[in-house]
Amino acid sequence: MIPAAVDYLRVESAEAAVAALGEHGDEAKLLAGGQSLIPLMRLRLATPTVLVDVGRATGLSGISVGGDTVSIGALTTHSSLEHSAELAAACPLLAHVASVVGDPAVRHRGTLGGSLAHADPASDLPAAVLALGGTLVVSGPGGSREIAATDFFTGFLESDLAADEVLTEVRVPVSTGGWSYQKFNRRAQDWAIVGAMVAEGGAGVALVNMASTPIRASSVEAALAGGASAADAAAGAADSTEPPTDNQADGPYRQHLARVLTRRALEAAGA
Amino acid sequence: MTDTLDTRTLDEASPFTGGIVGQARLRKEDPALLTGESRFIDDLVLPGALWIACVRSPHAHARITSIDSSAALAADGVVAVYSGADLEGDWAGPLPCAWPVTDDMKNPAHLPVAVGKANYAGDIVAVVVASSRYAAADGVEGVVVDYEPLEAVVDIEDAASDRVVIHEDCGTNVSYDWALVPDPDAVDAAFADAVHHVTETYVHQRLIPAPMEPRGVAAVPSPHNGDMVLYSSTQIPHVLKVMAALTLGMPEQKLRVIAPSVGGGFGCKLNVYAEELICMALANRHGGAVRWTESRTEAATSTIQGRAQRQTIELAADADGKLTAVRATLLADMGAYLQLVAPGVPLLGAFLYHGLYDVPAYAFTCRSVFTNLTPTDAYRGAGRPEATYAIERAMDALAIAVGVGPDEIRSRNFIPTEKFPYDSPAGLIFDSGNYQPTLDRAKELVDWDGRRAEQAERRAAGSTTQLGLGISSYVEMCGLAPSRTLAALNYGAGGWESATVRILPTCKVQVVTGSTPHGQGHETSWSMIVADQLGVDPDDVEVLHSDTAISPLGMDTYGSRSLSVGGTALWMATEKVIDKARTIAAHMMEASAEDLEFSGGVFSVKGSPDREVPLAGVAFGAFTAHDLPDGMEPNLEAQVTWDPGNFVFPFGTHIAVVEVDEETGAVELVDYAAVDDCGNQINPMIVEGQLHGGIVQGVAQALWEEAIYDEDGQLRAANLADYLVPSAAECIDMKLDHTVTPSTSNPMGVKGIGEAGTIASTPAVMNAVVDALRPHGITDIVMPASPMRVRRAIEMAGGGAS
Repeated sequence: MIPAAVDYLRVESAEAAVAALGEHGDEAKLLAGGQSLIPLMRLRLATPTVLVDVGRATGLSGISVGGDTVSIGALTTHSSLEHSAELAAACPLLAHVASVVGDPAVRHRGTLGGSLAHADPASDLPAAVLALGGTLVVSGPGGSREIAATDFFTGFLESDLAADEVLTEVRVPVSTGGWSYQKFNRRAQDWAIVGAMVAEGGAGVALVNMASTPIRASSVEAALAGGASAADAAAGAADSTEPPTDNQADGPYRQHLARVLTRRALEAAGA
Repeated sequence: MTDTLDTRTLDEASPFTGGIVGQARLRKEDPALLTGESRFIDDLVLPGALWIACVRSPHAHARITSIDSSAALAADGVVAVYSGADLEGDWAGPLPCAWPVTDDMKNPAHLPVAVGKANYAGDIVAVVVASSRYAAADGVEGVVVDYEPLEAVVDIEDAASDRVVIHEDCGTNVSYDWALVPDPDAVDAAFADAVHHVTETYVHQRLIPAPMEPRGVAAVPSPHNGDMVLYSSTQIPHVLKVMAALTLGMPEQKLRVIAPSVGGGFGCKLNVYAEELICMALANRHGGAVRWTESRTEAATSTIQGRAQRQTIELAADADGKLTAVRATLLADMGAYLQLVAPGVPLLGAFLYHGLYDVPAYAFTCRSVFTNLTPTDAYRGAGRPEATYAIERAMDALAIAVGVGPDEIRSRNFIPTEKFPYDSPAGLIFDSGNYQPTLDRAKELVDWDGRRAEQAERRAAGSTTQLGLGISSYVEMCGLAPSRTLAALNYGAGGWESATVRILPTCKVQVVTGSTPHGQGHETSWSMIVADQLGVDPDDVEVLHSDTAISPLGMDTYGSRSLSVGGTALWMATEKVIDKARTIAAHMMEASAEDLEFSGGVFSVKGSPDREVPLAGVAFGAFTAHDLPDGMEPNLEAQVTWDPGNFVFPFGTHIAVVEVDEETGAVELVDYAAVDDCGNQINPMIVEGQLHGGIVQGVAQALWEEAIYDEDGQLRAANLADYLVPSAAECIDMKLDHTVTPSTSNPMGVKGIGEAGTIASTPAVMNAVVDALRPHGITDIVMPASPMRVRRAIEMAGGGAS
């Protein structure tokens, strides 16, 4: 519970963060809300030598709805998403998912960008952005680029984000069609054992904690598009998945849960 | 949170007439606790103190082949590194086990720092001393220990087989066998004649106590005069003082132990731990303060764990389901070493496997074994939750066998009220009891009949969300304990408690108690008792505790003993002070002491209401000593040490209603009623608080908590993300009510309530889970009833499409 020594650097902008990351290379870690990184450091499972604190950088938080797109600054906290009337109107799924992350203390500190960049397959928000077909905007030494959520998550706690890039913004389409998030866990504050996310009446279906990354349940989406009932489509939710095993669930049980929860989510979303 | 349905908290014959006892007064302790003003061990500011960090074995069972501390010693801030061999000469004896339950009990030497071999993952193999907590933690990474891993003994049946013997000098993994079989022939005859013979086997998983505040120690020596102050987050400063002095070979009068504010213990701080003795030894070596604060991971691996038993219980009954004998057999896991009272934990349940049922024949046997896991010891309830679980689960099985409801089988077997005081088949005398009303009231609170009808409807409709109802009626023995009884059980100390009551010149009151609070609200309850007796304001009563220099005599807090033992000592000391004050008042009024009555803080002459003197006048007179009766000592002060003649036996009935989602296996508690009887209640709000926390802690054993170990003896739930302590979000509103049947074991008529909730709730919930699943033919779910276990049981029973 006692972290190793670390240098601390506070930056005021995304550009300064990119420069600091470039300077310190692999030794540096970007710190935003700290809800994942700090516990890892306290257990000495993460031992960066430089922390680049982007938490107070300007221009990186806030929610704005323009046309068909909701743009959210990477530093926007879960709590802000949870309580935004604008988001509740434009993308109720995302607002709801933010409200079931961790506990209130986590939601007040944790940020959307931090959660996505951490790329934990057991986290709620990455799967939500995936189900919504979101886009991630990142800044690097060569300027900014956009990454589709479907291309962003590359492995367990790994993403397409380069070591010297900073996630600055998340864009999701305005989505008011039927939605549901069925989060199955033992305690309110826990990660999902399995979660099933349905956006836009079934156009987007994503699963939490069923692989090394958050995944789209494309066979379910395809079955629905082909006219299958919710129950029939959900029966394929776990097809070709290789879910992890831990204290709470082994692979076959996770697959069973994925089918049950996907069916419930589809039914709740009116698919 | 609670519906309190009966406000009568005192029996009509209670000795409390001052109008204060029985009130739901807010706790005196809470403003300081809620604002951060209270000082816990880690808040202590000790300039110049050195910090230690422990190098702990990552292996459950391994020989230590070499320790290289050169890299650590080169690190900034590291002052020294000690191996077990380096410190071996510092100990006058190994860590103490105060309960050698049998004469031939195997008790392997347990040194604070292991020498030669580590016997569980978390065993201390070296200690780093450094100038800061951070430097000490860095130093641990620089200590290179080579191990030769050995096969770990994890399963208790495997341990009992002696396939791998952990402690070579013991020659076996069996620590002891203990039996309580008053009449073997009667038991055999009852089973031979039984119409119904139920045999059930249950497993109590290991639990991590997980108080909010982990442990912590600071040893502050005065090298020139040889004194030492030991600060520890402990439940037992008095016991610790004796044991630490013995273990270090230090003159006891030179040691002062202080427990600052202590953030919960649940039994895990009822111990003498390696880190306490290491800090003391190193404070001596370095001639200055040495401190340590436990991490949450260490709290999981290196503080004692609880439960860890496998039980078989057999019931013999006649055709009507009337019990004729109970036979219980236990296999208990002591872990790698015997901690302070660990061997006695099964014995605290040994007398209660027949529950609150009138049973003529009784047999209990226990075998306790060593494993390569964290040592176990007393955890909230200690032996009694296990006993209650076995009999209450088995009573449901008997009800099925007989073909009656779980309520009816209990009613047929309750000890009849007219049999109290009741000579139990295990040899105890139950003080008082009236069991049926608690069952009746609990059924009413959950709408038992309505819920049964709803359950039937859901079953008939083929719903995937099934209801289950579970009853747990319990009696427990607490108020530890009559010293002579403890002697008969080979316990190494007595069970008395001490209190001093001192009325100051201004008629404010100081109370000194040997009972050491760690969250129970002693300051509030104790001041209410004294205020009620003396007719003063409770805010004018200061309660001093938890420091052996201020309160030199005490046996501390565990086993729901504080009120019935420590509170009784206090009540008696106050009566003694009143007696003295009465003599002085009589002298002042030139009346006879027998003619005085004392009420509302005023002495008056019976029949002459104008002749009176307030306690304040007596207090000041006792202080000035200008005009006291001949031979009387000045001041109003009395000390009493009370050794109870019997335990107290609280009881009650809890009913849980659960919903089981058959598709996912998730169990949800949807209703809970608890009707408890702890005799006269001093502060009903504190009683409710103890019940709320206790019930949730017991529900947690049924539904959430499990110290999961893998086959190599590695703890896979060493943090609060993996070890599922429930939060407020998982709790439901509980329906609490009570009856009041005063104890006859003490003059206040009180019983304990600190452990009752935990004792009662686990079987209530598990009976409800099994009740919900009974149509599938399921008769047991291993605790905790996790969704995966429940779902798998349904699948194995052939139910529920995947």
